[in-house]
Amino acid sequence: MAWTRDEMAARAAKELRDGFYVNLGIGIPTLVANYIPEGMSVTLQSENGMLGMGPFPYEGEEDADLINAGKQTITELDSSSYFSSADSFAMIRGGHIALSILGGMQVAQNGDLANWMVPGKMVKGMGGAMDLVAGVKRVVVVMDHCEKSGAPKLLKQCSLPLTGAGVVDLLITELGVFEINRGKTPVKLIELAPGVTVDEVKAKTEAAFEVAV
Amino acid sequence: MVDKVKTDAVEALAGLLFDGMTIMAGGFGLCGIPENLIAAIREAGTKDLTVISNNCGVDGFGLGILLENRQIKKMVSSYVGENKLFEQLYLSGELELEFNPQGTLAERIRAGGAGIPAFFTRTGYGTLVAEGKETREFDGEMYVMERGLTADLAIVKAWKGDAEGNLIYRKTARNFNPMMATAGRKTVVEVEELVAIGALDKDAIHTPGIYVDHIVKGARFEKRIERVTTRQKEQA
Repeated sequence: MAWTRDEMAARAAKELRDGFYVNLGIGIPTLVANYIPEGMSVTLQSENGMLGMGPFPYEGEEDADLINAGKQTITELDSSSYFSSADSFAMIRGGHIALSILGGMQVAQNGDLANWMVPGKMVKGMGGAMDLVAGVKRVVVVMDHCEKSGAPKLLKQCSLPLTGAGVVDLLITELGVFEINRGKTPVKLIELAPGVTVDEVKAKTEAAFEVAV
Repeated sequence: MVDKVKTDAVEALAGLLFDGMTIMAGGFGLCGIPENLIAAIREAGTKDLTVISNNCGVDGFGLGILLENRQIKKMVSSYVGENKLFEQLYLSGELELEFNPQGTLAERIRAGGAGIPAFFTRTGYGTLVAEGKETREFDGEMYVMERGLTADLAIVKAWKGDAEGNLIYRKTARNFNPMMATAGRKTVVEVEELVAIGALDKDAIHTPGIYVDHIVKGARFEKRIERVTTRQKEQA
């Protein structure tokens, strides 16, 4: 059985360490906040200008001046702080954030990540993703293993425009976990979801990888 | 004697708008946007605008109302995914678009306001963003040169301000507003509360009045929320 979205988020949460300042992207990465281990101090950064993101507000207590980078209403904690976008990205680009967990469209065996544009089709923009992968110490990508069409997303080379070159440390899909190590060493399959076989992963992956499960 | 305080958004922008100008507009999504000043620009009908703003509002609100009125020629943004009309105008070639990584955009504006013409950043190296730009190695790492950004006019939203133009922002509505306040050749601010001089804590002022040319108390703040997200109250 491949992992569910929540199981993928729970696996990503195992990358958290006590005292980490962390930035979580939109989608499955946002769910990682639900799996922060008890007794571990993890501070969530929101790149629109906040450290110490709290949970979603109760109905009727939403504040239009308090949103996360996904534009959802959130709350503050006693320990929270607010700052400008320039200060926020100084934290990100200055290497002060320990971990970035974000989504992806394609990851390549050389550590490249594409997640911001499909030429001629999707015009959304990169937001803060290029800054995060360029500046954060460790970059974990959580994505579906294949496209809806069945085409692989872990590739020899990305075909979509890059978000960053040689930036991915770890990749988590519903099938397993891959050590990418920014392309400095061969890709290694280090964990399999329960019931998933190496052969299944091989059949759904274009990139070359070593098996170390 | 100089009086920065104007009675309404139209008066605050009087004489500052012209076709083909470049305008910086504060805000992240719909949070912290100068909605009264945007409405006044729509009313003025100023055309062929280059607008520098992280996003372009949504259909029917924020900068989206300037798109609907075909007043914008070019956007400089990091993310425009919330706007169907935007996508349509861009793909049909009616709208120019320059994507900047969000941190690069923020830093370009900060640099512009501080008189720094260019800087180097790792962000975007090896991507489309670096195409045509100077790259350089520092201490074994590759960096891309990005230019400082200024504008003919910056429109800014703050929470509280005084007649001197001293400003305080609230929570995540701060975002791009403080940098933009420094990077406009003219800066016009709308506030929710215009307070007496001396009422603001001088140690808590985010934007000192030197950057502000005109200040106006917004007539109406809709403060629309893009994605209301809530949780259930735990049962007692």
